[in-house]
Amino acid sequence: MLEITDLTKSYGRGPAAHTAISGVDLTVAQGELVSIVGPSGCGKSTLLRCIAGLAHPTGGRVVLRGVPVDDVPDGLAVVLQDYGRSLYPWLTVRDNVAMPLRRTTRGRAPRRKAADAALAAVGLPADGDKYPWQLSGGMQQRVAIARALACEPLLLLMDEPFGSVDAQTREDLEDLVLGIRRERDITILVVTHDIDESVYLGDRVVVLTPGPGRVRADLPVNLPAPRDQIETKERPEFIRLRTEVSRLVRSRDEPARVGPAGPAGPVSPAR
Amino acid sequence: MSWTRMRWASRWAVLVAGVAAWQLWASQAGSSFFPPPSKIVARMYHLWFSGPAAHVFLTSDAIGNILPSLGRIFAGLAIATAVGVPLGIALGRSPAVTAYLNPLLQFARALPVVTMAPVFIVLFKIGTQMEVATIAFGTVWPILLNTIDGAASVDPVQLETARAFRLSRWERLVWVIVPACLPKAFAGFRLSLSLSLILMVFAELVGSTNGIGYEMGNATNSFDLTLLWSTIVLLGILGYLLNGLLSGAERRVLAWHSANRRD
Repeated sequence: MLEITDLTKSYGRGPAAHTAISGVDLTVAQGELVSIVGPSGCGKSTLLRCIAGLAHPTGGRVVLRGVPVDDVPDGLAVVLQDYGRSLYPWLTVRDNVAMPLRRTTRGRAPRRKAADAALAAVGLPADGDKYPWQLSGGMQQRVAIARALACEPLLLLMDEPFGSVDAQTREDLEDLVLGIRRERDITILVVTHDIDESVYLGDRVVVLTPGPGRVRADLPVNLPAPRDQIETKERPEFIRLRTEVSRLVRSRDEPARVGPAGPAGPVSPAR
Repeated sequence: MSWTRMRWASRWAVLVAGVAAWQLWASQAGSSFFPPPSKIVARMYHLWFSGPAAHVFLTSDAIGNILPSLGRIFAGLAIATAVGVPLGIALGRSPAVTAYLNPLLQFARALPVVTMAPVFIVLFKIGTQMEVATIAFGTVWPILLNTIDGAASVDPVQLETARAFRLSRWERLVWVIVPACLPKAFAGFRLSLSLSLILMVFAELVGSTNGIGYEMGNATNSFDLTLLWSTIVLLGILGYLLNGLLSGAERRVLAWHSANRRD
């Protein structure tokens, strides 16, 4: 589905150049949900922007379904952390969701219908006529998710999607994403700084090193589905994983550890 | 009476009291420089608003002077908007070009438009063209500079989101950049509107064969103080009405903006 090889991205030139990610290798299979965590400043967002074709890598390549990414590819949707800024305040909720459909769906009526269906899927069936600023933060982020779903993407990229909502809302939104993933054949990449969230959501957790980021570890998550906010989080496996991820994120001097790509691959020892 | 209606009434009461005081004082003093409001209103009615019903009660004097003035204001503002908004968006989206043009823009803006009038008279001869040119040249700057500011400060997250959803450049312009610029463009237009009235009067005083400014000039030359005061009051009323129209349009177009600001 997605193959990232030796991906490097630097900003600026000469001695002032800042390397955000350096030699990231990552393979994601169709239908997988991969969490990407790392200390702040490890280039998580840069990685996502390169995959989305919004930023051009300095080195290496991103191949999506066999096609190298050099511009925003087809079948991709993004949900950003800053829902308050990514939704358009001059459009109603429905028009916000319908906006990306201009490219794929001809006619206003079918677009409206698709938008309403997507809004229903995220639990906002009756809010299409409102404006984004009339909704709470969590509801706005649901709208952003609906907008991403409306164009039926094959790959959904989420950049710290639940970073600015309260804990209860966050759990609801996490379960919403898992539900969507169960219902559709969709591959999801979630960048997060929340370790519990990365383990709870992911089939795999990819840990990046502090900047310039590269893959430190790639851990499979063997937790049964469907996951449950209370039951899953009290399992020993969950606690073991979150502890391990936590340790990997925090340790700065340890040499990078790279696990083989793939959902069932074991964790390799330190290189 | 509700609280808001009482407040509304009390605001108007101040105006009414002011006019009444003026009336009292002017009719007592009998100064020929300050005719009482009753005389001014009577003159205004007689001169402009006592026409036939078929002409919406406008007299031929009103049709011959007020309408041309309004026409020039609208033509001047239309040109200023047609030039200022697209150019403002283009410049606002290209910081490098703006950086090069900025000294020129600041220089041109700083030119008192009044001093440009002789140039326009030479270029266009006395008449509507020259007046429209004066209004357009004077009012384009607030619209242009505000639109540049608006276009330059479009939220990058909004633009990036549009790009991620594969909206074309044209779609991003129409659906993201233009709506995002509108609040600033409106703010500029509001400044330009009040400027356009001043420039209209000025241009018509300098060289015209009709219009409100032309009537004003005539009134001054013939020491017809009541007529002079009538044109001044008329200008006040026009300014008030035009501003009200703009506020109404703004409320409709930018409903999302004001509500967005409130919370």
